[in-house]
Amino acid sequence: MSGTFVGMPAFPTAARAALTDSQLRHNLAHATGTIRAKRASVVGEVEEWEQLRLAGAGVKEAALRDLATHLEQLEERLTANGATVHWARDAAEANAIVVGIARRHQADEVVKVKSMVTQEIGLNEALAEEGISAWETDLAELIVQLGDDLPSHILVPAIHRNRAEIREIFLRRMAEVGRPAPTDLTDEPAVLAAAAREHLREKFLRAKVGVSGANFAVADTGSLVVVESEGNGRMCLTLPEVLVSVVGIEKVVPRWDDLDPLLRLLPRSSTGERMNPYTSVWTGVTPGDGPQEVHVVLLDNGRTRALADDVGRQALRCIRCSACLNVCPVYERTGGHAYGSVYPGPIGAILNPLLRGVGHDDQVDSLPYASSLCGACFEVCPVRIDIPSVLVDQRAKVVDAHRDERVPRSRAKAVERAAMKGAEVVLGDSRRLRRAERFAALGTRAARRFGGALGLGAWTGARDVPQAPAESFRAWWQRTDGGRRDGEQRGEQRGERGE
Amino acid sequence: MRVALMVTCINDAMYPGTGQAVVRLLRRLGVEVDFPQAQTCCGQPMVNTGYLDEAVPLVRRYVEAFEGYDAIVTPSGSCAGSARHQHELVARRSGDPGLQRAVAETSPRPYELSEFLVDVLGVTDVGAYYPHTVTYHPTCHSLRMLGVGDRPRRLLEHVRGLRLVELPGAEQCCGFGGTFAVKNADTSVAMGADKARHVRETGAEVLVAGDNSCLTHIGGLLSRERSGVRTVHLAEILASTEAQADLAKPDEAGQIRIDDGEATR
Repeated sequence: MSGTFVGMPAFPTAARAALTDSQLRHNLAHATGTIRAKRASVVGEVEEWEQLRLAGAGVKEAALRDLATHLEQLEERLTANGATVHWARDAAEANAIVVGIARRHQADEVVKVKSMVTQEIGLNEALAEEGISAWETDLAELIVQLGDDLPSHILVPAIHRNRAEIREIFLRRMAEVGRPAPTDLTDEPAVLAAAAREHLREKFLRAKVGVSGANFAVADTGSLVVVESEGNGRMCLTLPEVLVSVVGIEKVVPRWDDLDPLLRLLPRSSTGERMNPYTSVWTGVTPGDGPQEVHVVLLDNGRTRALADDVGRQALRCIRCSACLNVCPVYERTGGHAYGSVYPGPIGAILNPLLRGVGHDDQVDSLPYASSLCGACFEVCPVRIDIPSVLVDQRAKVVDAHRDERVPRSRAKAVERAAMKGAEVVLGDSRRLRRAERFAALGTRAARRFGGALGLGAWTGARDVPQAPAESFRAWWQRTDGGRRDGEQRGEQRGERGE
Repeated sequence: MRVALMVTCINDAMYPGTGQAVVRLLRRLGVEVDFPQAQTCCGQPMVNTGYLDEAVPLVRRYVEAFEGYDAIVTPSGSCAGSARHQHELVARRSGDPGLQRAVAETSPRPYELSEFLVDVLGVTDVGAYYPHTVTYHPTCHSLRMLGVGDRPRRLLEHVRGLRLVELPGAEQCCGFGGTFAVKNADTSVAMGADKARHVRETGAEVLVAGDNSCLTHIGGLLSRERSGVRTVHLAEILASTEAQADLAKPDEAGQIRIDDGEATR
């Protein structure tokens, strides 16, 4: 039902369109502002927060350092507990496995727990192609699915919608796929939630197959963990006869005790709650209780590529809390769709290029530049991913991937490359710089008058240009011996005044 | 203690008044700074745009210029951060062990101006006089990369005649971000417009910050709006005294203003 991000334009173009959407801007500013304040207040309560962050980062780092060993142990424990483990190199393999399981059970529908990884691989679309309906049961995912929309946030995929829009979507679309919304539906949150509950209940009770992701996979016990707020996940994980969980290989943690810091960090960072309402843990099959056929699909889909990147691999520590989205001044204004991926915001700006590689898709290559490098993301990340440093490193990889191209792919790229090369020459030597500075006043005057015509419109379109002084600092220092000789300070360096 | 001034390329070419203010201020506090003539640019614009090879000669210049100094003072949180945290990256890229050693020597030495004043000289009252209503924007790299904390505020609070008013949403980025300002101009302007709006809400006549790059962006927006708010670097306020109060007039060199009758768009 919902679309895909395939064919999205590069970030600057997509952002330009999003920035003009006043409803989106308003909804986002309100939602991110609210959640930011909630997070700040509950994180502020934890005195040892920084130690907790270090512990969380340490757990994930330890898991990544010896990933193969932990994954093999996970497989062994899962199998011993009655689950079937599948390995998928990419999205196509993972989707084929899930489709195959649904087909074997003659299922024409599945119910889904909110899951980033199944969106990453486009599972719903793959199932639809085989005539199998995938019902999203998380409230916000339901809104996105019914609205034929795309998620714009990791945790709150319908963050770009307000309640009036949600009422409209429910009224128009629910009847097409199941129980209709009541005709007297209002836009009160409780009323909207009640309508969703009624709509979803018949799907929970009917579906034979449930599909989930996992927040964590514990190697030494063979347990999967899902953390959620609404209880829909618990329904999907316990009611169907068959459960299929698609799990990225970076979700593994070595030991049961490793969950301690992570389960404390996640809710405070993501929803701004002290504790999440539902934590579901299952360890293979429990006879007579819950799904009697349990499958786990362990997915790579670019993760080993990211793991091989010595700077970028820390992005695999991500526990998908979305704190970085909520504090990001870029995300707050453009929203998630502009990033062209189910992983938007600062983490998406590094994760997408790391998973997919740079140098072959302008959209992916634009993402590491979708940041002012303000560092707010690093400050809130519960597992201390140094996003700004990874962004800078990914930028270098983008540039390096195109170094050998004799003809740059666009005028903008050509200008950028020439500017950087030119700056290298001028700034590489102080005498050359001093000569260049003599023309600074002339240059800024030209920029002020003919900015647009000179191709400087990106700056001058909205911002005035300061007038360069007639005398640079360096020239002033030489002339006045650092201000020790007369004629310093006043007047003379303010040459502009005399013109 | 041998102290060098790293004036930064943008201050050298565009805002010499800021560099002069640092010299004047430190001289008043009894510190004579050198200005190593070989200095150019720290290389941050290249590094942050992904052009690491192009930054190598700049970092080489930097370590040569500042070799042997005990402290390097700079009126920029961003450039101090670059020299402290990014030069190592560039040196590693160069594959030159000599450059790596030199960077390891120099990279702990740079101090952003407020750090130098408060931590090294141990002063918060620098004897300044600045009779204006001012609001302070903590720039991202000074705030989060260096962690200057409340040092600039403490310095401003001791300036006689100065009335400091709170900037709403102060810690949110202004949207400059180096080449981000042109590569993602629309988003940059959207962020800057909100910053400029908050500045205007304070009723201050002056916006102060520790980085002229950010001030060029915010000031460019404030000027385009004909807001009547001017931007001034922290160093210039701290250097200002009763005797030199007229230096802080809005028509100071480098300040953004509109040429008479000239089209600026």
